[in-house]
Amino acid sequence: MSGIAVSTTINGDEVEYLCQAEETLLDVLRDRLGLTGAKEGCGTGDCGACSVILDGRLVCSCLVLGAEAQGARVETIEGMAQGDTLHPLQTKFLEHAALQCGVCTPGFLMAAKALLDANPDPTEEEIRFGLAGNLCRCTGYDKIVRAVQDAAREMNGG
Amino acid sequence: MQYERPGTLQDASRLLVETQGTAFILAGGTDLLVRSKSDDFEADLVVDIKSVDGLEDVRETAAGFTIGAAVSCAELGAHAELKAAWPGVVEAANLIGSAQIQSRCTIAGNLCNASPAADSVPALVAAGARAVVTGPDGTRTIPVEDVPVAPGETSLGKAEIIAAIELDKRPPRSGDAYLRFIPRTEMDIAVVGAGVNLTLDEAGTVKSARVALGAVAPTVVLVDEAADAIVGTKLEDAALEKLAELCSAACRPIDDKRGTVDFRKKVAGVLARRAARIAYDRAGGA
Repeated sequence: MSGIAVSTTINGDEVEYLCQAEETLLDVLRDRLGLTGAKEGCGTGDCGACSVILDGRLVCSCLVLGAEAQGARVETIEGMAQGDTLHPLQTKFLEHAALQCGVCTPGFLMAAKALLDANPDPTEEEIRFGLAGNLCRCTGYDKIVRAVQDAAREMNGG
Repeated sequence: MQYERPGTLQDASRLLVETQGTAFILAGGTDLLVRSKSDDFEADLVVDIKSVDGLEDVRETAAGFTIGAAVSCAELGAHAELKAAWPGVVEAANLIGSAQIQSRCTIAGNLCNASPAADSVPALVAAGARAVVTGPDGTRTIPVEDVPVAPGETSLGKAEIIAAIELDKRPPRSGDAYLRFIPRTEMDIAVVGAGVNLTLDEAGTVKSARVALGAVAPTVVLVDEAADAIVGTKLEDAALEKLAELCSAACRPIDDKRGTVDFRKKVAGVLARRAARIAYDRAGGA
């Protein structure tokens, strides 16, 4: 099959794929690479369910073309836990019941990770602004904010 | 659809000249890739300009700042010198969308999308910013306000690309600010936006000013008469009142679910007054 040949790095692994020009990075992750953690909610950059980290910056993978990942570093939810050891954000989401249906959760975790990578000790307001690009229709957000606060505390050693 | 990622502006322009079909320029993609999902969208060629040499950074020169067309708004927010010189422009750019959108969106793209409600555009117009436009016939530099001509339409020719946005070096005692009204606290489209840029003399009197409004007309409005109303003043109440009145009078807004005509006119005046106050404080006026 013809297509655009792309070499990229996903969760530390070198990956090569062929994709069509119209295909988004989200399409490639889910349909070609079997990485179905990122979800398509809206497909227009409003809901954040498809969030991944591209060259160190949080993006909606539905608004990135697969071809644009050439030479890039992509981090997805699949790379967050180390083997059986969950990332502190994942642990705290479970402890605080910060998810119900779970569709938004991979996006929230990636957004929260990007936030804490840039700002390890955010205020509640900074967390709420930092996660404003992620929609959750189940939890009412409060449990998510508490989980991120608790994870930040733990990651800062206390 | 064909996807191309040229390494030079000449190659990008040549691709656009040579194509027979519908072509689009891709920078951050936060408008283009949203549009691409609608049923009536067709593109034969997408030219990704993020690998074009020289478009990827902010350069500080003796004359001011040159912001490459591929620089994301998140990068603008992280640029300490730019933020110190032009806080109003940077705060406007950083109001666009979520963290995810900030990682990708650009001010050149915000300008070329030609939305009447574009947040960075009134701030850029108030700042007297210029667009460096490259095309098959060479490069020309035009005021930012000459780019949008109608909602969704620009004055750019078929194979022309905005390569950079230029901002002047700041004279002493200068400040700018941008404010917008939205019905919630973040991530929304401006109902009204107001940008003010001013420079004071040694006594704290406004020596020069520019005032621009967004979302109150088909394109951004540069309100010269409102700027004139505060030149020669120290933003006393009467001067601010006059500024607000003239801004309200300059609006030609639409009525929609986001705001009525009367509401938009009133809020334009209020925001211009508040933005002027912030710009004045930033310029060191007391």
